Amino acid sequence: MIRTEGLCKRFGEKVALDQVDLTVAAGTVHGLLGPNGAGKTTVVRILTTLLRPDAGHASVAGFDAVTAAGQVRAHIGLVGQHTAVDEALSARQNLELFGRLYHLSAGAARTRAGDLLARFALADAGRKPVSQFSGGMRRRLDLAASLILRPRVLFLDEPTAGLDPRGRNEVWESVRALVREGTTVLLTTQYLDEADQLAGAVSVIDHGRVIAEGSPAALKSRLGGDRLDVVLHDAAELPAAVAVLARVAGAEPETDPDNRRLSTPVTDPLTALADAVHALREADLTVEDIGLRRPTLDEVFLHLSGDRKEEVPA
Amino acid sequence: MRWAFADGWTMTRRDILHWSRQPGPVIVGLLFPVLMVVMFGYLFGGAMAVPGGGDGYREFILPGMFAMTMAFGLEATMIAVTADAAKGVTDRFRSMPMAPSAVVTGRAGADMLNSVLGLVVIMLAGLLVGWRAHTGPLSVLAAVGLLLLLRFALLWLGIFLGLVIKGPESVLAVQILVWPVTFLSNTFVAPGTMPGWLGTIAEWNPLSSTVAATRHLFGNPSWGGGSWLTEHATPMAVAWPVLLIAIFFPLSVRRFQRLSR
Repeated sequence: MIRTEGLCKRFGEKVALDQVDLTVAAGTVHGLLGPNGAGKTTVVRILTTLLRPDAGHASVAGFDAVTAAGQVRAHIGLVGQHTAVDEALSARQNLELFGRLYHLSAGAARTRAGDLLARFALADAGRKPVSQFSGGMRRRLDLAASLILRPRVLFLDEPTAGLDPRGRNEVWESVRALVREGTTVLLTTQYLDEADQLAGAVSVIDHGRVIAEGSPAALKSRLGGDRLDVVLHDAAELPAAVAVLARVAGAEPETDPDNRRLSTPVTDPLTALADAVHALREADLTVEDIGLRRPTLDEVFLHLSGDRKEEVPA
Repeated sequence: MRWAFADGWTMTRRDILHWSRQPGPVIVGLLFPVLMVVMFGYLFGGAMAVPGGGDGYREFILPGMFAMTMAFGLEATMIAVTADAAKGVTDRFRSMPMAPSAVVTGRAGADMLNSVLGLVVIMLAGLLVGWRAHTGPLSVLAAVGLLLLLRFALLWLGIFLGLVIKGPESVLAVQILVWPVTFLSNTFVAPGTMPGWLGTIAEWNPLSSTVAATRHLFGNPSWGGGSWLTEHATPMAVAWPVLLIAIFFPLSVRRFQRLSR
């Protein structure tokens, strides 16, 4: 449903995209995961016909994003990083305005606006100006506005950025409902968690290049899964604790002497935690904090960009 | 192509909806020139000597006020264009299967409508303070036409600036600059009373040609200089806006297309 081949884009001296290949099957959610400035938005802008690539091809719903931009526009919906609705108008007026611009008749635009307001729980707020909406309501309206034509492909550029947990859940629910109806979704996000929640496949992008691809589970297993962290009370006890954890986890832990912290990957998290607590107490070490945690996004990027350097001979 | 007109009209209606939902700024915008008439007509007017005496100064400045109302419209155009671009609304429009030209033609339609309304308000205010047109309906129509032509030219300058400018600080800078540019003309005083070099700049201000031409067409008093520009005020009041359109229409279109670079 979405396909890019060798997509390149530079802004002046800065290379924004470098040979990006992407394939998204119909009816799936694909996550583009990456830090700020990685090139995620540039990919979305090219696929939504807002930007021309310098090289390579991009097609959406079978149409070329450059030579058949008009047809592409008729099949897509875009929810950009900033809420792109008219703040002065009400939710209903916004939806009717966009409906008319999608060339629905006045009556059809009114009916569709009513349907979408009900679907996104905005019917009660239908007459208030959008400037009085909460962040979650704006995003829902934004999403509703991009669904007027029932697009086959929906682009969501960091749809939950700046939302509180409740707003985030509301958006996630809406996206899941759309996917159940068969919409193909390309989603950009900075949060591993969000990709995990929504996407069946993920492309990790950094410095304009795709550095890893696969299901969220596969990506996580490449990172070695959960980690066990221990913070000691006294830095002098670090060597003793290293020995204890090495025995429990079967691998030498990484140490961070400044924060009196040890960290080690574990395969069987609960058993490792129980064993570690027991062994540390036996060794009479004073532990300030101990716990399991998932790899952070920082670690994902450090790990994956490390891989990339290994692949490219210096 | 088929949709260019319909979509443009939908976009114009969007602005009209704005007026009805937030009438405050529109009313302030319409009344501001009226306030200027009161200020200049009565506050400073007493100190101004003009041919004709009596109500002469108000007769003299009102055509200037009409042109100034048109010039101030530049700010409204610019702010609306910048706001849509900043909020990503322009991006949404560009990703939709609508006529791309509608973004611009809709703005043009709304701003011209607003300017016609503004012109009606300030002319009514002018009638209240004693301004009169002393010529026939054809001349009056020609004068109104010249004023709207100036507004139409400034529309393209406004769209261009709105697409070039990023951020509220630059908007403010342009807003401040509009003032000296409007005042550095024959709107309030004759260029002949200024130091020579300043008078020349004021005469060459496109606004001056429109003001001089409309004074002539309304039959209102003017300080005729003897210069070539003053003698040919009416053709110049057509030539200046046409020149501005010839420059800024293609520049605006190019800027708009460059959004996809």
